[in-house]
Amino acid sequence: MIDIKNFSFSYTKTQVFDNINLQFQKGAIYGLLGENGVGKTTLLKAISGLLKPTAGSCTVDEQVSFDRQPEFLQNIFLLPDEVQLPDSATPEKFFNDLAPFYPKQSGEMLQHLAGELKVDISRKFKEMSFGQQKKSLLACAMALNTDYLLLDEPTNGLDIPSKADFRRILSEKVGEEQTIIISTHQVKDVENLIDPIIIISNNSVLLDASVEKITDKLYFEYGGQQRPDALYSEMMPGGYLNVLVNNGMGESQLNIEGLFNAVLRNSAMIKNLFE
Amino acid sequence: MDFKKQKPIYQQIADTLCERIVGGQWKGDDRIPSVRDVAIQLGVNPNTVMRSFDHLQQAEIIYNRRGVGYFVAPDAKERILQLQRKEFLDEELPAFVQRLSVLGMTLDDLKQYV
Repeated sequence: MIDIKNFSFSYTKTQVFDNINLQFQKGAIYGLLGENGVGKTTLLKAISGLLKPTAGSCTVDEQVSFDRQPEFLQNIFLLPDEVQLPDSATPEKFFNDLAPFYPKQSGEMLQHLAGELKVDISRKFKEMSFGQQKKSLLACAMALNTDYLLLDEPTNGLDIPSKADFRRILSEKVGEEQTIIISTHQVKDVENLIDPIIIISNNSVLLDASVEKITDKLYFEYGGQQRPDALYSEMMPGGYLNVLVNNGMGESQLNIEGLFNAVLRNSAMIKNLFE
Repeated sequence: MDFKKQKPIYQQIADTLCERIVGGQWKGDDRIPSVRDVAIQLGVNPNTVMRSFDHLQQAEIIYNRRGVGYFVAPDAKERILQLQRKEFLDEELPAFVQRLSVLGMTLDDLKQYV
C-alpha cells in the first residue's frame, strides 16, 4: 500500500501540495487526474522517492520512499512522460540494462507486450516515431513487473489503435498484488480503465473515490435539455450531458470529462458530498 | 420530456453477456470466459467486469465453481427473458405509450404496421 500522510511539498517559491492524504491499495488501477501543472508528476516523483516531502510522509509498504532502500526500489517503477534515450540504444538493451535491479522482471513478458503493442524492440529508439518509442518504453516498464507501476501521461503521442491496445494490456497486467497509477490530463483515454479516480487541483485533493461511489453520489444524465440545477452541463450531439447530484435516481454511466469539469467547478460542494 | 437513461458500464457489460446467452451462443452449464479475459477483450478495469459477474451471479444467471470459473445457469435464458419482459413493461412500454399520445396516435393506429 502507498500511504501519503499530511503531505506537503514546495518548490523554492511555489507550494504544490498543502497537507494532503491519499492511500493507494493493491489490485487497482488508479487514475490521477488534474489540469496541466497541478502537481501530478510531483506526486509520482515523491511516491517513487525522487523528491523529499517538505512536511508529512510518503511510504510504500511501510518503507519511507525517500530512504530509497533497495527492497523499495526493486519493487516500484516510474515511467516519466519524457525519457532521455541514448541514440544507439534499443528497447531490448534498455530493458536488459534495468532488468538486474528488478527481481520479478520477465523477458518473456516483454516479448508478449511488444507483440501486443506492435513494436519491434530490436530497433534503435532513434529510428522510431515518438509513438513507437512511447509504446516500447511502456512494454519495458510493464515487463519489469514491479508491484508498483507509476505511468506519467502514458497515452501522450499514442495513435488511436494504440490507445485501445494500451487499455487492453493494462487490464491484462493488473493483478491482485499490483498497484498501477496513471496520471493524465487526457481523461478520455483512460475512461472505463481507471477506478478509483483521484482529481487534484490547487494544492489539494478534490476527489478520491471509486466509480461505484461516484455514480452513487452523482447522476450523469444524457437528455434533451440543459438543467438549471446541474453541477455541470455540456452540449453533446443529440442533447445535453447534465451532471447532477444523485437523489435516488439510480446508477448511470459515468462520463469522465463531465465528472472532471463538475468537480473543478464545484470543489467545496463535491468535498461535502463525498465525505 | 426527452429523458434517456444510460446504464452504467458494468450493467452494459452484463447485458452483452446476457445477449450471448439469449442468442444461443452460450448454453446452460457452458463455461464462460474469465473476468480477466472479458476485461482484456473490452479494455476495461477488471473490477468493473467483476461487478458485472457479481450482478449476474446474484440474478442466478451464472454460477461460480470455485477455482474452475463461471458457468451459465441451466435456466439462465428463461431468467433473462423474464427480467427483460419486466424491464420492457416497466420502462420501455410506458415511454412508448407516452410517445404515442404526444404524436396523437393510439395503439389501434399501429395495427396496420405490424
